[in-house]
Amino acid sequence: MINNKRRYGLMVVAVVLITLPMTALAAAATSAAIAWWIWPLALFLVCFILGMVAVPAGVGGGVLFVPIVSGFFPFHIDFVRGAGLLVALASALAAGPGLLRAGLADLRLALPLALVASASSIAGALIGLSLSPQLVQTALGITILGIVVLMWRSKRSEFPHVPAPDAWSSALRINGVFYDAASKRDVAWHVHRTPAGLAIFVGIGILAGVFGLGAGWANVPALNLVMGAPLRLSAGTSGFILSIVDSAAAWVYINKGALLAIIAAPSVIGMMLGAFIGARLLKVLKASTIRKLVITMLLLAGTRAFLKGTGLWT
Amino acid sequence: MKRHAGAPGVSIEQLRYARVLNFGMRFGLYTLLFSFPLYVFDVVPAHIALERLPELWTLSAPAYLRETGIPDGWAWLTMVNHGDMLPILGIAILSGVSVACFLSLLPLLHAQRDWVYVAIAVCEIGVLTLAASGVLTGGH
Repeated sequence: MINNKRRYGLMVVAVVLITLPMTALAAAATSAAIAWWIWPLALFLVCFILGMVAVPAGVGGGVLFVPIVSGFFPFHIDFVRGAGLLVALASALAAGPGLLRAGLADLRLALPLALVASASSIAGALIGLSLSPQLVQTALGITILGIVVLMWRSKRSEFPHVPAPDAWSSALRINGVFYDAASKRDVAWHVHRTPAGLAIFVGIGILAGVFGLGAGWANVPALNLVMGAPLRLSAGTSGFILSIVDSAAAWVYINKGALLAIIAAPSVIGMMLGAFIGARLLKVLKASTIRKLVITMLLLAGTRAFLKGTGLWT
Repeated sequence: MKRHAGAPGVSIEQLRYARVLNFGMRFGLYTLLFSFPLYVFDVVPAHIALERLPELWTLSAPAYLRETGIPDGWAWLTMVNHGDMLPILGIAILSGVSVACFLSLLPLLHAQRDWVYVAIAVCEIGVLTLAASGVLTGGH
């Protein structure tokens, strides 16, 4: 029986084996003609694999999609960011109804945060489309490497201690009860530090717009560690917020012509099919093993994006 | 907010939002899934030939629009009879479904005189409509 360390090693090798030919192909594409259909097919396969690991690792598809596809495919980063937003949006929309019905996402908690984040994501998208591709690629690399550090070091609290709700959350009546299936009990919750949460979501919206990232990696710590929402509620509400924030930014990319169907459609379809398999993958692999794999992939993709942006590895 | 008897802890506003979101999401995804094979297998001829794409997808978005003669904003809607514009319809439905969700919330929030959340929902509709309108300028 293969142990988890060996499985992890095999998966890292698989990732390298996938990404290296992509780099070689991307390099060859500048000098030799490659049949057009190779790229959408490769994109579909890569997104299928990303979808398999993204869901069990608890990250949206966009944070893996943008650095990997911009680093290893020949597409201009404008189209990659547009497709990245759509990948994150489609995943969030697909999960949204179930999360809302089950009470794992809360409308009252999400709406004020989504409002500030969606407004700032429009500004972010406009800023992102006005910057040079090299600058965006370099900043993307730095951001992704920052996310690696955040994911590696961040602690999560299942049920954070919130001594008392703050004035803002009291006025907005942001509180509730949800059924925690793990402990088989109703959990009453309320939040604090709402102004700080709103300020953080302004920044999250800008990052989502500039880089075409889903930003679930930032939403969950902001809701859970800063505002004190229970972890499962934070994860569900994060996905729901993404469905609103990414809609706003996606429109900017659509209106600017930064959305190619040949890139966006296979990405969305591959990612969603992969996510379907990914939900079953959790039964075979430990969540911590998949999380380590995603961190490795982000480290590789972030380094590649940084080196490509700075011209050290074009 | 009122609580729904059939779903403990979940408000009726939340359930309505979920219902509209579920319908719109499925409609958009099915449109995308159905239209993409029509495009990629050349059943519906594309505005830009598939063989030309490798020389175009390396360009920035504004350069791509210049090169192909496709106008920006909502002009793609007038070209939806082309295979490459058809999947954009599915993408636009996915991007627009949240507006429909917020619109469906307004009567419930209004009936409960929950004015703060009415204001938040109206502002969110405004933000999403502004983004979708294409009036915002910027870019390369």
